[in-house]
Amino acid sequence: MNFPHRHLLGIEQLSRDEIVTVLDLARKFREVLDRPIPVVPALRGKTVINLFFEPSTRTATSFTLAASRLSCQCVNFSLAASSTRKGESLLDTCRNIEAMRVDGLVIRHAVPGAPHFLARHLRAFIVNAGDGAHEHPTQALLDAFTLRERFGDLSGLKVLIVGDIAHSRVARSNILCLTRLGARVYVCGPPTLIPPGIEQLGCEVFYRLDRILREVNVVNMLRLQTERMAAGMLPSTREYRQLYGLTRERLAGLDPATVIIHPGPVNWGVEMDYDVAELPQALIMNQVKNGVAVRMAVLYLLAGGQEEAT
Amino acid sequence: MKRGTPATKRRLLSAKGISHLLDRLAAAIRRRNRRIGDLALVGIKRRGVPLAKRLAERLGGGVPVGAVDITLYRDDLRLVAETPIVRGSELGFDINGRIVILVDDVIFTGRTVRAALAELLDYGRPRAIQLAVLVDRGHRELPIAPDFTGRLVKTRRDDIVDILLSETDGRDEVTLTRR
Repeated sequence: MNFPHRHLLGIEQLSRDEIVTVLDLARKFREVLDRPIPVVPALRGKTVINLFFEPSTRTATSFTLAASRLSCQCVNFSLAASSTRKGESLLDTCRNIEAMRVDGLVIRHAVPGAPHFLARHLRAFIVNAGDGAHEHPTQALLDAFTLRERFGDLSGLKVLIVGDIAHSRVARSNILCLTRLGARVYVCGPPTLIPPGIEQLGCEVFYRLDRILREVNVVNMLRLQTERMAAGMLPSTREYRQLYGLTRERLAGLDPATVIIHPGPVNWGVEMDYDVAELPQALIMNQVKNGVAVRMAVLYLLAGGQEEAT
Repeated sequence: MKRGTPATKRRLLSAKGISHLLDRLAAAIRRRNRRIGDLALVGIKRRGVPLAKRLAERLGGGVPVGAVDITLYRDDLRLVAETPIVRGSELGFDINGRIVILVDDVIFTGRTVRAALAELLDYGRPRAIQLAVLVDRGHRELPIAPDFTGRLVKTRRDDIVDILLSETDGRDEVTLTRR
């Protein structure tokens, strides 16, 4: 199988073919999730640890479920009880965990590159579940999976990402993943939240939502982090909603074939009005479901078949 | 392959031979299971699947055919160098209460069948599972025996039995290669 990686650190390291390998495999695991007993023994005897240094419910749960569906044991390392609070370094914490015979670490950390650093120093495989504003590869993969499920081939598909592009690892990983799969990616948001040079990733920038919204096949609405308001990057959530939100008024003018996705959790009434939840073209729940299958594929590729490290 | 000893390849079955064995397998299945309506055939991927389809044609009565891919149930994941390809299982019917005939091309160690049994039982509780194979080449490592055997072939452990089927390989033939 075409996946010569020991870790999943980012989409950046993956070729188009490798992305397709993960997505095709995820389709097989999607079928497993629909079985009467949605568990297969593929990774029996393996252990992974979820190390989330930033709060997360969805992603951590999704990884835990993905592991258990593969009969892989999964332990959640609780943030509050973590020894980093006692001053232990990240590397020490991870070395200690690895010493307990762990095959893989799923890590979310506020510092960009933290998973890459661990990958250089540990024998366990590392899955990046979000490193600062850098990458969130499994989110990009599950978004691509969800879109492939709807559209088949993604080449030529027009995808618009709306919101805080500057602080979003989801945006970054998505741009990389979708462009590699041949989609055309547009980003839109307030100038304060669009990083200079983002075009170099292969996307086009818009500052006015209404100029591009009706031209695209897919809208990916990012979560607006309320911390940004405090930092003075935005005047108010009301203004944000008016300019960049999928409001009831904007929905009225939208082609029903336009698909809406969101990495969750949604700030209803800010980036999207609640009306979106009821729409058949909103694939948010599909994304959540597909996330488990995609993470199963990632864990299987990294944990399965490899010879025991000695 | 040992140096200096060229491999010898011998034909065990022709297309006609395979067809004849399938006729006999179908007849044996029918003799043992009077009510065709209770049956379902499940091929083990990959070459068990076309064989299951051919048996279904011979049995008639619209016996449903499914496929299992045992990759995720293998017991040797940590022994194989490359991650095995997952092809996916397709069971488009409810196996609860049915008599499921598991079909594979060759039975060797029995580990594939063991994995297929584990997988089938995760789909439900069939009334019974029976096993049909085209070739039994011996060397079992598990207490598993087929209910219906096309041909019993004496082999050495390191012999290679190749089953070619028109659906997957363009022609029907069974060969034995001795190293």
